Amino acid sequence: MYSYDHYDQAMVDARVEEFRDQARRRLEGKLTEDQFKPLRLMNGLYLQLHAYMLRVAIPYGTLNSRQMHALGDIADKYDRGYGHFTTRQNLQYNWIKLEDAADILADLAKVEMHAIQTSGNCIRNISSDHFAGAAADELVDPRPYAELMRQWSSFHPEFTYLPRKFKIAVIAAEKDRAAMRLHDIGIQIVQNEAGELGARFYVGGGMGRTPMIAPMIRNFVPLDQLITYAEACLRVYNRYGRRDNKYKARIKILVHELGKDEYTRQVEEEFAHLLSQGIEPPLAELERIRTHFADPAFEDGTKQVDRSDPDFAVWVDRNTHRHKHDSYVSAVISLKPVGGIPGDATGEQIRIMARLAKQYSFDELRIMHTQNVVLPHVKIADLHALWTELETAGLGAPNMDTIEDMIACPGLDYCALANARSIPLAQRISERFDASDKTARLGELKMKISGCINACGHHHAGHIGILGVDKKGTENYQLSLGGSEAEDTSLAKITGPGFTEDGVIEAVDKVTDVYLEQRQGEERFLDTYRRIGMEPFKEALYGA
Amino acid sequence: MIILTGNDLKTGAVTWWNGADWSLYVDDAVDVGEQAEEILAREEALRRVNVPYSIQATREDDGKVRPAHIKDRIRALGPTVRPDLTLKPQSPEAIDWVI
Repeated sequence: MYSYDHYDQAMVDARVEEFRDQARRRLEGKLTEDQFKPLRLMNGLYLQLHAYMLRVAIPYGTLNSRQMHALGDIADKYDRGYGHFTTRQNLQYNWIKLEDAADILADLAKVEMHAIQTSGNCIRNISSDHFAGAAADELVDPRPYAELMRQWSSFHPEFTYLPRKFKIAVIAAEKDRAAMRLHDIGIQIVQNEAGELGARFYVGGGMGRTPMIAPMIRNFVPLDQLITYAEACLRVYNRYGRRDNKYKARIKILVHELGKDEYTRQVEEEFAHLLSQGIEPPLAELERIRTHFADPAFEDGTKQVDRSDPDFAVWVDRNTHRHKHDSYVSAVISLKPVGGIPGDATGEQIRIMARLAKQYSFDELRIMHTQNVVLPHVKIADLHALWTELETAGLGAPNMDTIEDMIACPGLDYCALANARSIPLAQRISERFDASDKTARLGELKMKISGCINACGHHHAGHIGILGVDKKGTENYQLSLGGSEAEDTSLAKITGPGFTEDGVIEAVDKVTDVYLEQRQGEERFLDTYRRIGMEPFKEALYGA
Repeated sequence: MIILTGNDLKTGAVTWWNGADWSLYVDDAVDVGEQAEEILAREEALRRVNVPYSIQATREDDGKVRPAHIKDRIRALGPTVRPDLTLKPQSPEAIDWVI
């Protein structure tokens, strides 16, 4: 994986000292909160319900065991013994003291990490496929391209004050595991008929209060023009994106209002201009970056899993993913124990995952946008030993992509923007479905819960989505069906009037009953919904 | 009643105006009536509180103060999903007060 050169390290170290001085001046009263707020946000420091919250960037979700270990140590040293893995492959600490924040950033910098651009109207952490570099179905490893874009977008002087925040995902497989078309820019690395690699650009997707699926605006951008094309996309947005209304400021609104064709025309015009400016980094730089992502030294070994332990076999079936080397798999560590808080891990659990990565996965981990952790390269021969250790640490839940593997934002328990709590719903639903043994019968069912319209819990993209709203001071929940953030991207539709907390849990049970009654063959919940439509579900929920 | 709340500048902890200082406990909050804006401006200028604001609340028969909105009740107690991290870790039933 990528490691900092002296430029990277110098930039991050300088930023720590700059923030240390800013925090000191705030604590001494030389800066007002209005003056300090944009400075702290540029360093990922929010003020949430109970305390300051620090969001740490994990570029394209990749980190090594030393970094993961440091995250666990910070949880214990500065927070309350845990961290929360987010839907942008990042980590948040919920109980940070302002007087400690610079020291935490310094500790992060020692392991080549930071919190820069995890907030504010700038290009945020680049996300990617959590199985990148390991998946059997990928064309190439997308992370070198994501890293090139990280370097381009870090401290980019022109894009530090965009109309609104900006999110980019890079994938390189037909199967979309990064919600690519629900990003401001989604990039898929593809191959043309001549066998050359290039980038397919989707622009103007997003969730939030106005969810949109990004249209494709360019089928193939040669790799030696990748950054130039991205720059053109951003320039048109920066020039014409609305700054007068934050609810209409995302690029999806601009693309929608201009129309895909007109936006594309303007991007192509800007692209043609930029090509003459020579802003593209030399391909040698991409090659230099690529050397950091060389495959580890895979060894041939057993290709068959010993399934004699039935509990282990269930975990293998659910929580492993096919690897490009047939003696290995990628193993998903679920952070969704029954009744647990999605995405939370204790400092000790974080260090255990770090140790297991070192022992079993060539020192590498990945954070999933579904708030789980991946050990990307695990020898099939080592799987049982790994699973045994995960079970002991409370990390062995066999529930990937089931209804118990819910995405849930922090919601009103932590977040200052939220209208309703998300986590208690996730806990109660997982307990209920686990107790009834229904989870296994439902198979793949992606459920996502947001505590407000900002949609950090991706409810628009859930096979079943729940949105918490404030109804005259009490929590109320809207149910939606039919969303997908995979390659068959779709936006969920609201079923009808909302529910109380108890009511929405009953409602989820009812819609899953409809699915089990109507399912044909191997259909997933989403397939059945798409075949039979909303009506049977509405009838079950609201009567005729 | 109208009470004042904010976050401690150094720690970010939720605090409540008790008439003389900022307390961690909502039950210490006092009714500030029409003095809210004056107190907020003064206290913020003195850096004794961060982003303070006024809210509606009621004082119940047992003397306890109950903020009108669930968000402020969660702020007053702590996350409902982590009773061990609330101000009343020995009383998990305190969560019922929030809801």
